[in-house]
Order: sequence, then structure tokens, then C-alpha cells
Amino acid sequence: MFYREAGDFKTSYRDDNQTFPIRLDRAGYWVAIAVAFGIVPFFVNDYWVNAIFAPFFIYAIAALGLNILTGYAGQVSLGTGGFMAVGAYAVYKLMVAFPEINIIFHVLMAGGITAVVGVLFGLPSLRIKGFYLAVATLASQFFLIWLFNKVPWFYNYSASGQINAPERSVFGIIVTGPNTEAWAKYLICLVFLVGVAWMARNLTRGMTGRKWMGIRDMDIAAEIIGVNPLMAKMTAFAVSSFFVGVAGALFFAVYLGAAEAGESFGISKSFLILFMIIIGGLGSIFGSFAGAAFMVLMPVFLKNVLVGGMGWPTDLAAHFEFMIVGGLIVFFLIVEPHGLAQLWRLTKEKLRLWPFPH
Amino acid sequence: MSLDMNANSYVTEDGRTIGPVVMDLKNITLRFGGVVAIKDISFNIREGEIRAIIGPNGAGKSSMLNVISGFYKPQEGEVWFRGAKRPPMRPYQVAQQGLARTFQNIALFDGMTVLDNIMTGRLNHMKTNLLQQAMWWGKAEKEELANREVCEKVIDFLEIQHIRKTPVGRLPYGLKKRVELARALAAEPSLLLLDEPMAGMNVEEKEDMSRFILDMNDEFGTTIALIEHDMGVVMDLSDRVVVMDYGKKIGDGTPDEVRNNQDVIDAYLGVSHD
Ligand SMILES: Nc1ncnc2c1ncn2[C@@H]1O[C@H](COP(=O)(O)OP(=O)(O)O)[C@@H](O)[C@H]1O
Ligand SMILES: [Mg+2]
Repeated sequence: MFYREAGDFKTSYRDDNQTFPIRLDRAGYWVAIAVAFGIVPFFVNDYWVNAIFAPFFIYAIAALGLNILTGYAGQVSLGTGGFMAVGAYAVYKLMVAFPEINIIFHVLMAGGITAVVGVLFGLPSLRIKGFYLAVATLASQFFLIWLFNKVPWFYNYSASGQINAPERSVFGIIVTGPNTEAWAKYLICLVFLVGVAWMARNLTRGMTGRKWMGIRDMDIAAEIIGVNPLMAKMTAFAVSSFFVGVAGALFFAVYLGAAEAGESFGISKSFLILFMIIIGGLGSIFGSFAGAAFMVLMPVFLKNVLVGGMGWPTDLAAHFEFMIVGGLIVFFLIVEPHGLAQLWRLTKEKLRLWPFPH
Repeated sequence: MSLDMNANSYVTEDGRTIGPVVMDLKNITLRFGGVVAIKDISFNIREGEIRAIIGPNGAGKSSMLNVISGFYKPQEGEVWFRGAKRPPMRPYQVAQQGLARTFQNIALFDGMTVLDNIMTGRLNHMKTNLLQQAMWWGKAEKEELANREVCEKVIDFLEIQHIRKTPVGRLPYGLKKRVELARALAAEPSLLLLDEPMAGMNVEEKEDMSRFILDMNDEFGTTIALIEHDMGVVMDLSDRVVVMDYGKKIGDGTPDEVRNNQDVIDAYLGVSHD
């Protein structure tokens, strides 16, 4: 009833341009931000942060990154796990080499390093598209993991081959290492997520985003209107990899605390993030959130219901989860390529007209 | 080559000033393997005029536009733009020189709204960098809004206000053609190339499109080169006409001159076209 644009006329292009044109959406957004920053941190415990919030926030960052590349710019990538590993190993080396510099900068610099690596591995996209590009990025996934396992310099010659996050703090609050409090973990991930989402939104609503989408939809037309295809693709790889690198850095330094390339950032990670954006919605900021939330929450939910509630064996529940994810991927690819974001949009469209459907 | 504006200009019967040559094509030859799509063709386009290219299917008209817009590299010949020989260029560099075009088979961005499609036309007028756009506040937003205003003028001009926020993929053919024109027009091109802008349209849509083309030329002084099949339309719209047949130029002049050219009558007008 109140979910209306009516009486909410846009009197300037600025108003017409805003992220949430409908007042209720806008309000909901600010409420969510306020709750996330002002209320949740006081109540979270280790279980909630480790099982839900930290992975959700970090995967949402990675999903935003991949969505920029694949959803917006139309360049398929199966190398997300490898690029997360670049972020992780970069932040590790930086943390160890420059302990006096703030971890926030380390994470950002790890993103920057990943951006450079992403651009290098993105170069083939200038020549190849679709399936062939997917294979090329898959090769970069395997190459990067192999590199991090093979060259001891990356893990500082540790006997286990693992990297371990030293303790670092921001404004006197410990954010990495085993002594990190749940709420600190939660907040640092949240801050990065909000920053990344805000940048992603700005880039995709402006000319950069239009260039990416132009290349995705019709590269010939994009070029004739003035898009330099090389620049458009390379900026997509750079921005995307920057986000993915930040996600990888947080995943290792804040969430896991210790990591090994193949185990933490293997090919299954690449697919997981890809599934997130397919289920959430390609070319949608909201979809990146929805997909990440779904893929994080579903296993937790199934575990609680099937194993906890109905007494199923754990492995059976795990298989069941695979089937659900597989089924959903097929469903969304065939029926609703724009994912949960589109379902949400359609619901809102109906709601806007309700109760008079015409 | 000197550009003497006055000596080169003239005024048409309906009072428009046609300026000096902006685009000069010299002895263009374009081959695809054994197929010679364009054989040693020369012609020019003057500032402010509506220049038509006509000819039967497969005559090489679209290929000619593709040479002008940088998609095809001719094996022989030179392209002169604004008095300077143009080095080999990518299409986006040609666009930066102020050239815009539409395609015979509509080439829009289907996943984007009408407004976003048209906004892409403003690309060469927007200068903020990636970092400024990521921050949005300030420069990027200001620039976005200023350019939005230009697009809104184009939208008003082409009477497509009602579909502003519609994804292009959902539009019917005739409107798509119009949106594609809007995108090209939003670029404020100094030379606009239209490849069969009225193909597949009904009479009413054709009349609208003719009116837009005339108004564009008249109000904004846009130089237009267009390919069109409908002879009636061509004769009404254009100042000068190039006639092509089998990759060769067989006529070049005012609509009246072309109409009375025996080669043209034999090759093109004599043949019935639907
Ligand atoms: N990309 C291409 N590759 C091979 N042949 C082409 C290509 N483009 C055009 N041609 C050939 O060039 C000739 C002219 O085509 P075109 O310029 O499309 O004609 P028109 O637009 O006058 O109908 C045709 O014989 C066509 O088959
Ligand atoms: Mg043609």
C-alpha cells in the first residue's frame, strides 16, 4: 500500500538518479546500515561471526568483484579463487614485511597488487571470448595456486607451507590473529564491504559501468560510440581483481587466520563465487549480496534443520546441499538468468501496483 | 589543401548553408578475399549537407560506411577528414573525432535502459577518471547530471520520453531504430552516418524518421550521410546523392541530376525494388 512512487515525484535528474528511487527502499537501506553498524556489533558472538557474518561479508566483496567482471563487463572468469589467493599472499607478505604500517593499508595494497595481476591475466580477453576465456582464466587459477605452493618465498619458508596472520590492530583494537574479538572481526569486514559496495555502485551507475555493459552487450556498437575496448576490459579486470584481492586478504587475515593456497583458494572457491553471482543475479549489486547471503546461509540452515532438527547424518545433508545448489544453478540459468535480484525486482514491481494490478 | 570557407560554401534553395568538404574519400578500393566490395570510389561530404548513398543490395554501401567509420581498412585509397589525411584508426578513435553512426541491423545495448543507451553517446564529452567516478560525489555526479540534461533534450527531440527507463531489449523495432539514432545524436557528432535508418518501417514511421533527419540537419546543423533504399525519401531528403552499383560509383550529384543520369536509370531505377 505504501510502497509507491506516487507522491514521490522526481523534480531533478539528481533525484531521478539515486540508488533507491522509492522512499521506502531508501529508508530500509539506512535502517539496515544503522542496525549493522550500531546494534549488531553489541550482540554478535563467535558463532555468528564465524559461521555467518564474516564469510557473508567477505564473499559479498568477492561476488561484487566477480560480478563487475562477469555480470557487468561480460568477461567470464574461473580464476576468482586464484585472485583471492593473490590478495591473501600479498597481504601476508606486506604484514610481515611492514609491521609498522596499518593493516587497512595492507589490505588495500593487496587489492592493488591483485588488480595488477588481474590485468595481466586479463590480457587474453582482448583476443578471446566466452568459453575460451573461461578456460584461460581457469589456467590462471591453477597457475597461481601452483605458484604459491611451489615458491617458498610466498609463505616465508614456513615448514607447514601455510601462511599465518600475525596480530595487528586498528585504533588499538586487535583485528587479526587468534585474539581478535568477534565484534572487531565483524566490523572490519563490514567497513570494507560497505566501501566496496559503494564504489561498485558508483562505478556501475556512471560512464565506467556503461562502457562495461556496452562491451558486454554489443562490443562493435560500443567501439563505434567511442569505447576503447582494451581500456574497458582492462579497467573491468583491474577493479574486479581489486575487490577480489581485498576479499582474499580479509578471508585470510581476518577470517581464517591461517591459510594454504590450494585448500583455501582452490578451484571450488572460484565456482562458489561464480554460483553466488548466478544465483544472486548477474549485473546486479543487490544480486551480489543476495547470492553471497544465500550460499552462506543455506548450508547453515540445512545443517540446523536436517542434521540438528531431523537427525540426518552430516554427509547426507552435505550431499543434499550439493543437489540444491546444482538444481538452483540450472533453474536460474534457464528460467531466470537475472537471479534472485530479478525475482526481488518483480516482487517489488507487483507490490508497487498492488492492489490494482493494472 | 586550403579550406576557404566562403569560396567553398553555398546556400541551398531552402536557405541552408552548405560548407566546405569535411570528409573526402579518394580512390577507395576494398576487397574481401576475391570479392571487390568497393572499386576505386571517390566522393566527398560537405559540412551541413545531407548526403545520400544509394544502390542495389550488395552494391557496397554499408562497406563504404564501414570504411568511413574505421571498421574496414581499404586496401587502396585515402580518407581525408577536415583537410587532413586520416591515418589508420580504430573505430573508437574515429568516434573521438566526432563521428557517430547507426547500423543497418540495429546495434543497441539490449541489457541497458533507453536512457543508459543514449548516455553512452556522451562518452567523449565526459572527462572524469575511474577514481573520481568511484567516489561519485562532486565532479563525477556533476558531470553525469550535465550530460543527462543533453540526453534529455535528445529524448524530447525524438519523442521517446515515455520509454526512458525501459530496457532496450523490450522495445519494438521502430522504437529501437529511434533509440539508436538518439544515441548517435547524443554524441553531438560533426558527421552522422545512418545505414538504412528507415529499413523495415511503415509509412508513418518513415515520415517521422524523415522529419527527425531534416530537423537534425536544420536545427543542429548536423552533417549527415545516409544509406537509403526508398527513392522517394532520398529525393526529398538529400542535397547530393552518390549512386553505387557492384562496388562502382555510377552517379554523383543532386537528386535531379542523378534521376536523369542514364547509367543510373539503367542500373538502379530501372530495376524494381520493393
Ligand atoms: N565482412 C565481410 N566479409 C566478406 N564480404 C563482405 C563483408 N562485408 C561485405 N561483404 C561483401 O561486400 C559486398 C557489399 O556488401 P555491402 O556493403 O553490405 O552492400 P550494401 O550495403 O550495398 O547492400 C557484398 O558482396 C558482401 O557480400
Ligand atoms: Mg547495407
